[in-house]
Amino acid sequence: MLLLTCPNCGIAAEETELGAGGEAHITRYGAGSADDDFETYLFMRKNARGVHFERWRHSNGCGKWFHAARCTMTLEVFGTYSAQTFEPPKDLIKKIKKKRPDWEGFVK
Amino acid sequence: MRRYSAFAIAREATRYHTGWERAWRAPEPKKEYDVIIVGGGGHGLATAFYLGKNFGITNVAIIEKGWLGGGNTGRNTTIIRSNYLQDPSAAIYEKARSLYETMSQDLNYNVMFSPRGVIMLAQTEHEIRGYKRTAHANALQGVTTEWIEPAKVKELCPIIELKGPRFPVLGGLWQARGGTARHDAVAWGYARACSDMGMDIIQKCEVTGVEQSNGQVTGVETTKGRIGCKKLGMVVAGHSSALAEMAGFRLPMESVALQALVSEPIKPVMDVVIMANTVHGYLSQSDKGEMVIGGGTDAYNNYTQRGSFHHVEETVRALNETFPMLSRLKMLRQWGGIVDVTGDRSPIIGKTPLGGCFVNCGWGTGGFKAIPGSGWAFAETLAKGEPGELAGAFGMERFIEGRFIDESVAAGVAH
Repeated sequence: MLLLTCPNCGIAAEETELGAGGEAHITRYGAGSADDDFETYLFMRKNARGVHFERWRHSNGCGKWFHAARCTMTLEVFGTYSAQTFEPPKDLIKKIKKKRPDWEGFVK
Repeated sequence: MRRYSAFAIAREATRYHTGWERAWRAPEPKKEYDVIIVGGGGHGLATAFYLGKNFGITNVAIIEKGWLGGGNTGRNTTIIRSNYLQDPSAAIYEKARSLYETMSQDLNYNVMFSPRGVIMLAQTEHEIRGYKRTAHANALQGVTTEWIEPAKVKELCPIIELKGPRFPVLGGLWQARGGTARHDAVAWGYARACSDMGMDIIQKCEVTGVEQSNGQVTGVETTKGRIGCKKLGMVVAGHSSALAEMAGFRLPMESVALQALVSEPIKPVMDVVIMANTVHGYLSQSDKGEMVIGGGTDAYNNYTQRGSFHHVEETVRALNETFPMLSRLKMLRQWGGIVDVTGDRSPIIGKTPLGGCFVNCGWGTGGFKAIPGSGWAFAETLAKGEPGELAGAFGMERFIEGRFIDESVAAGVAH
């Protein structure tokens, strides 16, 4: 069972207490944007094998959204951080790089 | 290839079974093929088989990074049905179901297809409406399904509890010609037939790169060296995104874990397949007597081939409500597979941005039932360079055009 610490309320929550929200940091396109961009926003996902940044909601807890960095090959959780950001915190990226030297780094 | 028959068994019985030959060859890869198919599961092997059978293309290699049928082909719950809502889905799944009926004869390999019938239980008012609508749609599509009342459900499956505590059984969608087949035999039967046509099945060979020149695919880099090809078919289910990335494009899908479990074997207690989508469990009894139980998918991206424990708990809880007599069964094995789920829960078959490279993926949680139809349609796509009638609607351009084949009801539960 995944254990993620909610950065909003500080509680270490089990998977059943959380709702998965899919890939984080995607660029959102609105009305009037090109079809390609809209398709990318709605359907195209990195679906990374390895380091994955994703959205979670502490739905059976404080109810707030947050982000997590997790490995999709091992289910290892690297860390969680606030959803009010456009990219993962630098110290988290450094920590992941140390554990996964071959990782290409965060690509938006 | 020496044919399997009652006579062959008698012949071998008289000489200590020393005369059986290998079911398929294990060759080293040639330098170049007309078509390379990446992925030696049911869909990839079926594609190769129909390339040879329907189009006479036999200079084909099937490359598999693990062993044949070791991915989702060997990890599903073997259910076969075609009671889908949308016309393109009903057409391809019904094609597949009908091909399953004669598959053992076509391949000279017993795939143990058992058209025992499939019931999809309705346990809410919404499901009643949904399944009645599906039954009407199926009637128009020429797929024989029928809405049945609870008494008929009980008659078909006496061990069911109609008045469960949370969700009583209110009826069901019955497809009498649906059923199950032996999943490994499907892969092995196709592999034997492909090998017999002169195709090379190369196992333990992982693709590490896709080679291209001027927007046209020219070959693949593998752990056994470079192999050239004129056309490339990608049929790798959960790992489609990774392979597409090597070829330089993205796919509208995400990979998640889907799990299943089997109980200890017991005497025959049910001879139909039951799917309970509201409480999320589905059940059939294998020929060995094990109850084969399908669970749910995890909600997050996952490549680990194992699922969350709480999903097992949910599935077993649902089954205990609907089949109280199973509550004291011990479970023998539990496993997971990585399924590729698209936005509209329908597969992707067709061309890609890379010339000569075609993709067949996105079968999500319900690919086993589609294997022969998928292979039939994708072989046509590869041979002609354009998708034919069966595959036409499943091109990935549908996501940009907003022309979805929404099967979230038929496939809303993993199956």
